[in-house]
Amino acid sequence: MSSATPSITHGGALEAPPRRRLPWQTAVKRVLGAIVVLWAAATLCFVLQELSPGDPAIAILGGSGARPTEQQLEQTNERYGLNDPVLERYGRFISNLATGDLGTSYQYKQPVTTLISEQVGPTLVLIFVSTALAWVIAVPLTLLTAGRGRARSSFGSGLEAFFAGVPPYWLGLVLLVVFAFELGWFPVTGGTSPDALLLPALTLALPLAGFLGQVTRDEFDRGLKQPFAISARTRGASENEVRRRHVLRHAMLPGITLTGWAIGATISGAVLVEIIYARPGLGQVLVNAVSNQDLPVVVGVTMLVALIYVVVNLLVDLLYVIVDPRLRTAGRAA
Amino acid sequence: MSTAIDPNAIGAPLPGGAPASAAGSRLSARVRGVRPAVALSVLFLALIVIAAIVPSLLTKGDPLGVNLAHSLQSPSLEFPFGTDQSGRSVYTRVIYGARESVLIGLGATAVGLGLAALLGVAAGLGGKVVDGGINRLLEVLFSFPGLLLALFLVAVFGSGVSTQIIAVGIASAPGYARMIRGQVLQVKGADYVIASKALGHPPSRTLFKNILPNAFRPLVVLATLGVGQSIVWASALSFLGLGVAPPAPEWGAMLDAGKDYIQTAWWLTLFPGAAIVAFTLAASCLGRYLQRRIEGETY
Repeated sequence: MSSATPSITHGGALEAPPRRRLPWQTAVKRVLGAIVVLWAAATLCFVLQELSPGDPAIAILGGSGARPTEQQLEQTNERYGLNDPVLERYGRFISNLATGDLGTSYQYKQPVTTLISEQVGPTLVLIFVSTALAWVIAVPLTLLTAGRGRARSSFGSGLEAFFAGVPPYWLGLVLLVVFAFELGWFPVTGGTSPDALLLPALTLALPLAGFLGQVTRDEFDRGLKQPFAISARTRGASENEVRRRHVLRHAMLPGITLTGWAIGATISGAVLVEIIYARPGLGQVLVNAVSNQDLPVVVGVTMLVALIYVVVNLLVDLLYVIVDPRLRTAGRAA
Repeated sequence: MSTAIDPNAIGAPLPGGAPASAAGSRLSARVRGVRPAVALSVLFLALIVIAAIVPSLLTKGDPLGVNLAHSLQSPSLEFPFGTDQSGRSVYTRVIYGARESVLIGLGATAVGLGLAALLGVAAGLGGKVVDGGINRLLEVLFSFPGLLLALFLVAVFGSGVSTQIIAVGIASAPGYARMIRGQVLQVKGADYVIASKALGHPPSRTLFKNILPNAFRPLVVLATLGVGQSIVWASALSFLGLGVAPPAPEWGAMLDAGKDYIQTAWWLTLFPGAAIVAFTLAASCLGRYLQRRIEGETY
């Protein structure tokens, strides 16, 4: 059936079926768009690097405190190709990036890829666990408090507003004092063992849960009044069933989109949390590189984060279709 | 005291403005339900403004005066927030820290909003090519999380207060720009703009008298919400040791200095952090209140 003719099964009298492109076409378009965004991000990184007032040759030779000689500077410029014209360096930067070569750290004289790949694991684990934990906290909180009378609702939304507004670094310090020092339930710092993961993950998860809870609650309140909720009730579903099986699903949609969007804030938070808990990961690498103006490492981490952001948001679009059956049938009808 | 007047000044028109009609009493009940939080926020923000302008009104101490005899004392009557490793009163330092923290927050918000206004208005009025270009740029900037973009800028330009303000400002600009663009597009199609054009007013007059004032109205709300967020991110930079240097009484720098003593002296991190949290919550509470009022006026 051609997608332009209204179908009876789709309720042609009420609305024309949504015109959708073939799924693979949309997917290809999205992937191409993502590549363009990454290329532009890389270009922006390059331009910012060019704007840097510092001399990279001095940074490579250990900063101005090292007092490199004129000859050393000349050699370094030659070896790193710093004297080449801008366009040539830009071309080299982009083609290296495309092949996964992020250059050499000024500080450690090691390939940036090696530095990052050694440290990326714990950070990814932290981000993944805390995002999951945020949902585990946000969903029951919404289910238990949304649309259940004034007192419960405002308790829930107050809690969410508080956690959404708390800076992760302060929350981290408070949790550290209370649960690690005073109560002694968790190890204070260090390591990547599972019990050392819980406090950092909680530090990141609580603000995210507050944020997701706020969005989910709004949508939940709206969902309770939707026709599908009313029809489920008339079919004899209990209130809890309506909330759990019908309204919650509807209410999770904006939260899912925003999880992809919030992955940026979560990564920012992860940098801080890793510093607070002295947890190995990209945070330590990045902050160390920033304070030593080790630009290749900073660019490398930034590009990696941009890549994660773009990939996660592509995945979120897919997840959206899985959670919302309305989009699935619309896709099949086309 | 002058601080006691402020909440009333804002709260007063509300109960008066909602007489006891059926719908009105429901509205006033809702407004009354919100008021204590808003009043408390305004009171707290007023206190912070006083601390920023004349800190000596609220504390007699010296934020930098070292007294090793008093080092690392827990909170007491003499030192309500305790003392740090050099015997300086944490309370005095939090009060004096208001100026630097708030100025950095305001500066960063101003940089962010200024840049965003430029981009947003250009995108909203510049036609398809400019709009498309700016939208792509914003999309790219969105793929750098705020703190990372700020860290990148610090890496490029070196750490310090001015970089801190500019970096946080630039990092927050894309979000604002998108909102301003939407607002400009909305206002551009409004009847009064069409009327102004139909009356034959020159485009510059329509722009400055009709489009910009109306497009920028929601900025009051954005700015209020934004100052709180800017302070959070700016003090995050200080906390990482990339902003204000530690002896200066800035809230983020105090957190950074305090975290080395966290095992023994929790008050060094609790109170500056609480100041940041309270400021953010108060700013967002006031911001949402203003938002409701502005929306109530225009729609």
